[in-house]
Amino acid sequence: MTTQIKYTFKDFASDQEVRWCPGCDDYVILRSMQKALPLMGIPKEKIVFISGIGCSSRFPYYMDNYGIHGIHGRAAAIATGVKLSNPDLTVFVMTGDGDSLAIGGNHFIHAIRRNIDLNIILFNNEIYGLTKGQFSPTSLIGQKTKTSPYGNTQPPFNAGELALGAQGRFFARVAGNDAKRQTEIYVEAQKFKGTSVVEVMQNCVIFNDGAYKFWTDKAVRDEHQLFIEHGKPMIFGKNKDKGLVLEGGELKVVNLGENGVTEKDILVHDAHNPDPAVHLMLIRMKNPIVTGIIRSVREETLEEREAKLTEEVKASSKIKSYNDLVNA
Amino acid sequence: MEAKNNTPATKKPVKHLDHVVIRFAGDSGDGMQLTGTQFTMSAALLGNDVFTFPNYPAEIRAPQGSLYGVSGYQVQIGSHEVDTPGDKLDLLVAMNPAALKKNLPDLKKGGMIIVDTDAFTNANLQKAHYESNPLEDGSLKDYTVVEVPMTSLTREALKDIPIDSKSKTRSKNMFALGMVYWLYGKDPKYTEAFLRKKFKNKPDIVEANIKALKTGWNYAETLELMPVSYIVDEAEHHEGKYKIINGNMATAWGLIAAAEKAGLQLFLGSYPITPATDILQELSKYRQLDVIAFQAEDEIAGVTSAIGASFAGKLAATTTSGPGLALKGEAIGLAVMLEIPLIIIDVQRGGPSTGLPTKTEQADLMQALYGRNGESPVIVIAAKSPSDAFYRAFEAAKLTLEHMTPVILLTDGYIGNGSEPWKVMKLEDLPDIHPPLVKKTLENWHPYDRDPETLARKWVIPGTPGMEHVIGGLEKDKESGAISYEPENHEYMVKIREEKVQRVKNYIPEMKAEFDQEGDLLIIGWGGTYGALKNAAKVLRDKGHKVGLAHFTHIKPLPKGTAEVFSKYKKLVVAELNLGQFANYLRMNLPQFRYEQVNKIQGLPFYESELTEAFEKIIKA
Repeated sequence: MTTQIKYTFKDFASDQEVRWCPGCDDYVILRSMQKALPLMGIPKEKIVFISGIGCSSRFPYYMDNYGIHGIHGRAAAIATGVKLSNPDLTVFVMTGDGDSLAIGGNHFIHAIRRNIDLNIILFNNEIYGLTKGQFSPTSLIGQKTKTSPYGNTQPPFNAGELALGAQGRFFARVAGNDAKRQTEIYVEAQKFKGTSVVEVMQNCVIFNDGAYKFWTDKAVRDEHQLFIEHGKPMIFGKNKDKGLVLEGGELKVVNLGENGVTEKDILVHDAHNPDPAVHLMLIRMKNPIVTGIIRSVREETLEEREAKLTEEVKASSKIKSYNDLVNA
Repeated sequence: MEAKNNTPATKKPVKHLDHVVIRFAGDSGDGMQLTGTQFTMSAALLGNDVFTFPNYPAEIRAPQGSLYGVSGYQVQIGSHEVDTPGDKLDLLVAMNPAALKKNLPDLKKGGMIIVDTDAFTNANLQKAHYESNPLEDGSLKDYTVVEVPMTSLTREALKDIPIDSKSKTRSKNMFALGMVYWLYGKDPKYTEAFLRKKFKNKPDIVEANIKALKTGWNYAETLELMPVSYIVDEAEHHEGKYKIINGNMATAWGLIAAAEKAGLQLFLGSYPITPATDILQELSKYRQLDVIAFQAEDEIAGVTSAIGASFAGKLAATTTSGPGLALKGEAIGLAVMLEIPLIIIDVQRGGPSTGLPTKTEQADLMQALYGRNGESPVIVIAAKSPSDAFYRAFEAAKLTLEHMTPVILLTDGYIGNGSEPWKVMKLEDLPDIHPPLVKKTLENWHPYDRDPETLARKWVIPGTPGMEHVIGGLEKDKESGAISYEPENHEYMVKIREEKVQRVKNYIPEMKAEFDQEGDLLIIGWGGTYGALKNAAKVLRDKGHKVGLAHFTHIKPLPKGTAEVFSKYKKLVVAELNLGQFANYLRMNLPQFRYEQVNKIQGLPFYESELTEAFEKIIKA
């Protein structure tokens, strides 16, 4: 790259009419991404959006980049082919809880296992939206949907647990209505070398409205959402008066100033710790809900390993062409 | 491969034969595939034409001595061109009772059996469900039975070599090979060289195997039951360099050649499945040629990663067998809709479901043609022999790249695993490939603008500035390429995708019959049955019938001139290894003709003899 091109968010908007329901958090995700891309400094022709099927997966049509709107569940696998073929491309996988945790679960976990440099943006609304309201693999037990009229009996996946169980090196969670933090996290996810999973807790206004209200609404979010940053103490609350401590192998909420608790007692977030134990505890917390980059551990990526091995084989092989091969 | 002097060092009389068919059979751990391969290589290096077919069980190491654990390797060697591994066996090498029982029905009356008598224990006879010992009860009186205590002779010969007892016993396959080398006047020196290389860090194993090989050769030389050594003379020497290659390897090499010819890199997305895995394994070796052989998490990821790779500008392929093709169906439909290059290779096996994983069949034709939702046309071609798989793989690449539509290449377990000499093709001898790749910014370009001749759209890959676009599985507007649900637009797009495939007719060879250009019977076949059909046609013509052969390597679209060829014969017969899928496809496309059928669905290739008989019946009916 010779000159850094300066983009604004408008450069990433396509001419297609956006067709999500009014009020959907997907609009926030779209705008946050369009704002994040100019901050990445990547030529727009080198950015690719791959999606599967579902509301989330209409995303690529609204971006003025390269993209494939694929088939249900297979976005991560299509994206793997793109990235392996041209590691120079920045590849986003735009997917949902049905797309990646149900029908595409296999591709999701294997992409993560391989640590290929894909940026998986997982729109989690705990419902099937495009098919109009059936329970998804992240729907809660008891949740009433069109296919669980008496309440859902299937326990939900926690996307973060699943990602870390598949050896996830980068996992972030962010509220669907939090445009500013989404933009920041998308930039960080892109910078991270390896598979990054960003779970966006996205409200479906039609079929599962208010699923995250208890921790994302303006009125309550300071008390019930803990946004963590690497190297900083895990403090939350309107008055910054609550924090997490690690006690007896468990995370506990404490009030600062009570029982002699001061800021230096509060756990400092270490996103780079290879041991996922605390990250998992953070992911599993129910109150507060933890958002931010929970885990970010740099390891060799699949394409780095591939490139190295290919160079080694090339250096030691006498076969340089098809003709060499058939004459060997 | 150079022809070498074919004179054996035997002191016994020598008889010349036109061709022989040999099968090595034993437990799946007995090394029969290696033994067969060695015999084949030696015969080929000594100037014979060869065609082989391994027949192995689905179980890797089935219980020793059991009927279902029998592994076989058949080879026909000839002093003229051979097109099949042969029908009936001249020689059966049976390393145990189960191998004898399973393979005896394929032996010619009067044929020879070499058995390891040490393996004919009561326990082994029971495992093979023999009520009495066939070596003693007179049931083999129609054959020449050469009884050899092979295990004990081998162990005795190797008694001074410091290797464990198991390894000594295991060398008995080389003893058997030594005997067969003597019987057919083949010099064992190529196998000796092979063993030295293969076990170069295990000198004792090399010594043991070579000793067993030589002991077997000498044993045969002194054996009264083997009074004559049979020589199959060198076949006519063809110009050029040849390699013994199986269909799977030929397929892999065809893809490598095509990628280089097109100036692209090859990407294979695949998942192991019998009998297609060899292609993935072969391509995994060629990082030095920038081949990416990606072993995916499942069949679907195999094809979808290939779709991603194609979008990113690779020559992309996925390899599988029937069950895997079923899983890939939806993604192939996506590739049809995206109108990007994609090669899908189906090495067919017996089905449905898991079926007969290691056996051959041609029953995926309808699946290849129609096994997807919606109107989802793809080009379908089929390889007719192991060496033809090279050309068909190359052609699949040329067609998919130049016409921007997926190609399904059908091979099968028989040609995938079967091998024959392949004339080494240099890159410069192969046709050029011109993908419609665009690397610069075009004004007023839409993703679904089409070439007026081929109807192919342009291939614009990520990284090309100013050409950003999104393609997807939803129907698109014929002009802008944007999503469109317009009724008439959909019908237009469905028709144009079909028409694009039909226009491939203009770029493939016209149909031509082999042998008689008109007459009593036209034999119609496709894919891997070519050798057997050709032999049957020859036999019928020798008997005075006027017979043609129309063998199809191009199935969709059907080549030009097909109806003209069909109209020249009194009767048409479609012979295939299924219940009549190609026959029905022809009935649909060319309903003006009446088609007789000859079908076999036994997991086995056609035999020339059964074909000849069936065809004669049709001629006379």
